[in-house]
Amino acid sequence: MGSRSAPGMARRTLVKAGASLGAIALAAPSIIKARGEEPVRIGFVDPITGIYSAFAQSEVNGAKLAVEDVNKKGGILGRPVELLVEDSANDVGTGVQKALKLINRDHVSAIFGDVNSGIAYALSQVTNEHKVFQIVPGGHTDPITGKDCKWNVFRVCNTTSMDANAVSGELIKRFGKKWYFITPDYAYGQTLQAAFVKNLKEAGGEYQGDMLPLSTTDFSASLIKARAYGPKVLLNNMGGLAQVNCMKQFVQFGLDKQMALGGALYELESLYSVPREALTGWWDYEWWWNQPDVPAAMAFNDLVKKAYNVPAASARHWFGWVGVHSVKLAAEKAKSLDAIKMAKALEGEDLPDEVKCQKGRVYYREGDHQLMANIFVGTPHPAEGGNPANLVTVQSIVPGDKAALPVSETGCHMTWPTA
Amino acid sequence: MSTTTVSEAFHRRPTYGNWLSVALVWAVLLAVPVWLPAIGGYTSLATRILAFGLAAMGLNFLLGFTGVMSFGHAAYFGLGAYGCGLTLKYLANSTPLAVLIGALVGTLGGALFGALIVRRKGVYFAMLTIAFGQICYYIAYTWNDFTGGYDGLRGFVRQPISIGPLVIDIQNNMILFYYFVLATFAVCVGLMALLLRAPFGRTLIAIRENQRRARFLGIPVEFHVWLSFTISAFFTSVAGALYALVNNFADPTTLNYVISGDIVIMAVLGGMRSFWGPLIGAAMFVALQDYISSETVNWMSFIGLIFVVVVLFFPRGVLGYLRRLPL
Amino acid sequence: MLTLVLFNVFNGVIVGLFYVLMALGLAMILNLSGVINFAHGNFLALGGYFAFLLVPYIGFWAALVASPLIVGVIGLILERTIIRPLYPRDPVYSLLLTFGLAFIIQDLCRTAWGPNALPLTVPASINQPISTEFFFLTGYRLFIIGIVILAVVALFLFLRHSRMGMRIRAGTLDLETVAALGINVRLLRSFNFGLGIFLAGLAGVLAGGQIGLNPNMGDDLLMPAFIAIIVGGVGSMVGTLLGGLIIGVAAGVTTVFYPSGSEVVIYLIMILVLLLRPRGLLGEEGMMT
Repeated sequence: MGSRSAPGMARRTLVKAGASLGAIALAAPSIIKARGEEPVRIGFVDPITGIYSAFAQSEVNGAKLAVEDVNKKGGILGRPVELLVEDSANDVGTGVQKALKLINRDHVSAIFGDVNSGIAYALSQVTNEHKVFQIVPGGHTDPITGKDCKWNVFRVCNTTSMDANAVSGELIKRFGKKWYFITPDYAYGQTLQAAFVKNLKEAGGEYQGDMLPLSTTDFSASLIKARAYGPKVLLNNMGGLAQVNCMKQFVQFGLDKQMALGGALYELESLYSVPREALTGWWDYEWWWNQPDVPAAMAFNDLVKKAYNVPAASARHWFGWVGVHSVKLAAEKAKSLDAIKMAKALEGEDLPDEVKCQKGRVYYREGDHQLMANIFVGTPHPAEGGNPANLVTVQSIVPGDKAALPVSETGCHMTWPTA
Repeated sequence: MSTTTVSEAFHRRPTYGNWLSVALVWAVLLAVPVWLPAIGGYTSLATRILAFGLAAMGLNFLLGFTGVMSFGHAAYFGLGAYGCGLTLKYLANSTPLAVLIGALVGTLGGALFGALIVRRKGVYFAMLTIAFGQICYYIAYTWNDFTGGYDGLRGFVRQPISIGPLVIDIQNNMILFYYFVLATFAVCVGLMALLLRAPFGRTLIAIRENQRRARFLGIPVEFHVWLSFTISAFFTSVAGALYALVNNFADPTTLNYVISGDIVIMAVLGGMRSFWGPLIGAAMFVALQDYISSETVNWMSFIGLIFVVVVLFFPRGVLGYLRRLPL
Repeated sequence: MLTLVLFNVFNGVIVGLFYVLMALGLAMILNLSGVINFAHGNFLALGGYFAFLLVPYIGFWAALVASPLIVGVIGLILERTIIRPLYPRDPVYSLLLTFGLAFIIQDLCRTAWGPNALPLTVPASINQPISTEFFFLTGYRLFIIGIVILAVVALFLFLRHSRMGMRIRAGTLDLETVAALGINVRLLRSFNFGLGIFLAGLAGVLAGGQIGLNPNMGDDLLMPAFIAIIVGGVGSMVGTLLGGLIIGVAAGVTTVFYPSGSEVVIYLIMILVLLLRPRGLLGEEGMMT
């Protein structure tokens, strides 16, 4: 699948020159001269290599398109925008190091990242210490906009509990109240399962489940247990490849004839690698490309398709797109690149049509800085109409603020710097 | 597999360097905040280099000076990091204490694992070091309530150091923090040099050069290898503790065998028969990785190539190579 | 509860056989050449990806043979060019070299085939459920069992009865004597290395059909294979076979009682074995230990 990024990541001719000692004398004056039209720099720390690389690549590509778009329309505060992409290699230490590099050396005005919630959190600690504006495009665990929320951090993707809440109702209504969980044993999985369990208990249901190591590739043991329990719904909370493999084995074992399958996220990037016979279940999509009655969505989809030769734009592309546009929105409303002013400006701010690419109101909630966007609940099926990305029928659309807990219940107490 | 004989090794001037090169190393390290930003670097890169440099020098105590290969030193690096982080999080708001406890945890781990594997030889020894390293990795990765699991240990921040009325803010001032790490590094490196100059160090070198002969001389080889393993783990765990302070975070990947491989290649790249070699190796490796991974998404190939080129063409490392040049 | 455990024991055997295939190749290279091949999991990935390339042209069955052969030949070439010069040196060098190779191959796979996972399509004829009672015995899993058993039997027959195989076994025990007897040790090691990599490639095709293809697909199999060798005892192929099965079953049974411990348990078994029997279950007391 051709997500090899054509433009490549090479950049920073400045540093190239600076790297060789002899060139310093020549490079230094040119830096000073350029300061008049110095670009607004945004640093993007994402796991371009490692198990989340497909998601990270989409996010980065979406952000690149947004930078082109913003620059075409006059940049931010009249200055051109430059995106500096750094690979966190799915490692916290590397991610923190890259953030420090972007802040200390490149003097970025905003940091984006990371797909991995653990790294996203570590980054938020660094950006908070250095008072740098941060957007988390796609790290889902609740605390980032919950009990660990920070004044300088805004999140585009949903919290795990939003995703769980959006799909729970459909699953209970359609299939029943006896569930079995297959959940990865880390923060993302735990918070997700907790949210599902809360909904299930409120409806008076019962459940069992397995917490599995993140890297599990064979799910037969858990599926055997699941069948013995005889649930109405199997909740596959795994992520990425593990989720695909779990679903494949579920169908291979013929369990699809005995119970329903569901869960929170099932990303488009993952769907591509599912064999057609295994495309099943009920899942959330945090953005879906096929919205024929929303011109902006179709335009964004075309833009991504053309630029990167992929079947369609994914939610991850959209996260990157929204992230860059949010920086523009914040900076231009604040008329400043000061992090505190930008953060104040973006609170409660609505995204315009060409950014939100969907119907209804999409805004950053005041109090926890969580974006409230629609959640598309859908059912996958083999590709239809000759379009390899036409893989999901959207069954219902849940507005973000209907799915989210009220701010008072997220555990977020935001403290702003006094200076 | 060295061609040097035992007597040669004993009579040759020790390789800790002469006063001039030692003075040069310290001058360069002390002046980092001045010259590094000028050539496009940043101070926290140097902090990271010091942490990995100490880890590689610690490993080299075993690899280069005792002739025993460990491919699982990430375990002690990571134990140091977790020990430090857990102390700050649950026990005390004292950065020096956290480093000490991190070192203690890592050293105990080294002593324990060392005792279990010290009688094994060659490849089998190496495999066991890897396997024990992975045990620590999976414990940190699985024990959600205590270590934070896959997401890593968070919720601790390095604390300013107060000496009487004087408060050194290593929390927010990156340059002061660099000097804190440098001071810790200096203490460890001084200790290491003392150990290597002492008769104990000479015994280790004798074991490296010819284990059988050392045994015939009545040296309790296993005990010395175990001791060297434990001391090596101590230095590496101090490095790990410092690394946790750099990130204000400890995560399971610091325990993974990939980090072990990185530490070994740093030692080999710089020159594992010289005292300062691993630091130079760490500086080159960390800086190159930092630079290349910003330039190209294919940085892994370049890192891989470094391994291949060093192994095939510079097995004695940069310092070993320079020493052979007719200067 | 009992049926649940029994099911999982059986299921563990299937998982264990996978470890076995991986571990045998790793062990062959380790035993004769003293090389800990860190790139073994990446050769596995290459096997899967080459099959993905070949299937549209020559079909699954031919790819099942051709892809491992190609990977084996690549292994052979690498052995001849860059690994052979390291044999006389300290084992740390060959280890570092394969470590670097692992990085390079992983990056090449990601660059060539992209970061997204790719499905490797297996023929429908072997992808049917077998029975409703033993629902976890899908056709493909039975097929994997069959192929692994076939490969293992062929390998053991080869090692026991062919001239080359006997020399490899002899070389494992005492390479110097074998060389002194006038046997071409270089050739022996090359062939042995190629064969080990061939097995990794084969595992890659089989794994690709089961879990799909991605650049990191071999990473999670490397350590279990490693542990299988240590538990079984370095130097013993039967031991490696046994080790793979034991940890497969242990992981399966652990999933019944304490799912998140299914990875740690194989390390606990390793420690237990090392404490009770330091050279491994069937390890030879020799130069390896």
